[in-house]
Amino acid sequence: MKFAQSPVLLQRLSPGRSRLVLVLMLAGFAALIGRALYLQVFQNDFLQKKGESRYERQIEIPATRGRIMDRHNDVLAVSTPVKAIWAIPEDARLSPAQVRDLARLLEMDVHELSRRLAADRDFVFVKRQIAPDVAGKIAALGLPGIHEQNEYRRYYPAGEMTAHVLGFTGVADEGQEGVELAMNDQLVGRPGSRRVIKDRRGQIVEDVESVHPPQDGKDVALALDDKIQYLAYSQLKQAIAEHRAKAGGIVVLDVKTGEVLALVNAPTYNPNNRIRLVGAQLRNRAFTDTFEPGSTFKPFTAAMALEKGSFHFDTPIQTAPGKLTIGTATIHDAHPHGLLTLAQVIQKSSNVGAAKVALTFKPEEMWTTLDSLGFGSPLKLGFPGEVGGRLRPAKTWRPIEQATMSYGHGISVTLMQLARGYLSFAREGDLIPLSLTKVDAPPLTGKQVFSAQTAHEVRAMLELAVQAGGTAPKAQIAGYRVAGKTGTAHKLEGGVYADKYVASFVGFAPASDPRLIVAVMIDEPSAGQYFGGEVAAPVFAQVMAGALRTLGVAPDAPMKPLIMAEAVKEGV
Amino acid sequence: MARLNLILLVIAVACALATVAANHKGRKLFVELEREQVRMRQLEVEWGQLQLEQSTWAGHPRIEKIARELLGMRPPVPGQIVSLEARQK
Repeated sequence: MKFAQSPVLLQRLSPGRSRLVLVLMLAGFAALIGRALYLQVFQNDFLQKKGESRYERQIEIPATRGRIMDRHNDVLAVSTPVKAIWAIPEDARLSPAQVRDLARLLEMDVHELSRRLAADRDFVFVKRQIAPDVAGKIAALGLPGIHEQNEYRRYYPAGEMTAHVLGFTGVADEGQEGVELAMNDQLVGRPGSRRVIKDRRGQIVEDVESVHPPQDGKDVALALDDKIQYLAYSQLKQAIAEHRAKAGGIVVLDVKTGEVLALVNAPTYNPNNRIRLVGAQLRNRAFTDTFEPGSTFKPFTAAMALEKGSFHFDTPIQTAPGKLTIGTATIHDAHPHGLLTLAQVIQKSSNVGAAKVALTFKPEEMWTTLDSLGFGSPLKLGFPGEVGGRLRPAKTWRPIEQATMSYGHGISVTLMQLARGYLSFAREGDLIPLSLTKVDAPPLTGKQVFSAQTAHEVRAMLELAVQAGGTAPKAQIAGYRVAGKTGTAHKLEGGVYADKYVASFVGFAPASDPRLIVAVMIDEPSAGQYFGGEVAAPVFAQVMAGALRTLGVAPDAPMKPLIMAEAVKEGV
Repeated sequence: MARLNLILLVIAVACALATVAANHKGRKLFVELEREQVRMRQLEVEWGQLQLEQSTWAGHPRIEKIARELLGMRPPVPGQIVSLEARQK
């Protein structure tokens, strides 16, 4: 029987019933449309986000920290990826054998490892900065609850040689000392991120949008020359051992550009392995430690005298009887000399002579010159912890202080400041700013402190000081004319001059057209010798000779073997 | 009329298949690009490590030790150095 003939259809239905069905159906449709509207219009954003979170992933794109290189682009510091092993202690239920395996791979103590895995936390670092191949072996063990994550580790191939200049970075690859800290903004990389769609197998299928491209840190090219740096480092190390000194430092400057070609300090440390570091090793003495420069300061006194016009190269100064009493204090020469010219005062390093010269200056004019030479204020090379030394205001000077300052006592400087001061003699009386980074366009002239004439005359005096009859014949170098000045200063301990010394030598070569300044400071040599001419001058000669050869500077004197004369003992 | 519809249907299906194919190809290429980028990163890392290795091998202390001890070299003494004048052009 067909549906159309069904007797049921013949029955009359009340109109109310069919209307009710119609209304119910309409209501049903209205509900569906309303729900669709609600989901697709009002809740759209929320749902879209929920959906995306099911298959979209935000991925961090790591950026590497910039490298630090020397002037020849040899790498001095580079970041390389390593792994950090972390654990979720609750998940990490390991058998004793598994713990032992893990401890062996991590080179950790088994008890220490068990203690960490038993920690009452959700996340614990087991060990950071481990080599990728070790991490690979750990991953191969397939231990539950043990995970790894990428991070970077900084390596310093030159190790302790460049430790003080470069400094180091922390676990999170951020600068903590030295250039790493000073130039952190430039070196640091900014990690990027991207949103992607991943498929079931975890493979990236599509980029939704590139949110931030990563920015790798910029490389920094330092002014250092790693050959000269090595030379200075090995010579300093040898000298410290030979003279059983407490500490020391060497600075090498390029006269033409103001670049710091080498900077070494001792004691030093290995930046690749910083366990058991002590503060004394960390200090970059050339920047952060001041000392009384002693006689290396006398050339500044001589230059001021020449500049004033009251003294000339050969103006006679009576230094007999080798002592000079000012008020209640008496200044001594190590050996009485008699009548000396200004040049000989420098050559033989007479304290009395220098003091007599200085007493003819007004305190203000002496202060102004010392200030313009950069003493008393930090050099502002951007190095962390840089100090300025002590140069008291001229108003407070008493005559005895002015006299002792003429030969470098009662004033304190850093080795870097002292080396920079000598720039004025090595150049034509002008000073240019120093630079730790490579300089492409050096300033042709700097701030004029002395006249060119004065600079030339002081240069001649400093040449006399390293020749026979001077205090530092051991600073001579075969084939080059050398100019320089020794310093031997008593150390101040608790306001009293102790029987401890700082031996120093600052000089430049070739004297006919100076290219390099080398400043050497040896703190507390205690193996018998303590004179600058005995302790620091030979180091200067070795470093300077090697550096000149490295740079291919043409000799300006005949290449003949040196005949060493006995040094004149300088005033202490 | 029915014929036109059939043709349009065939075209529509073909277009749909082409879209799917292009999408698939795009994804495959993307995966490949992704793989190459990972490789690029790895090579960069390796380059850094090689640079590190190079500077370790070429370290001055090592070179000096080998030169002095293994090869018996030493710096020339002053009498042995002959300096040459640069020829004027």
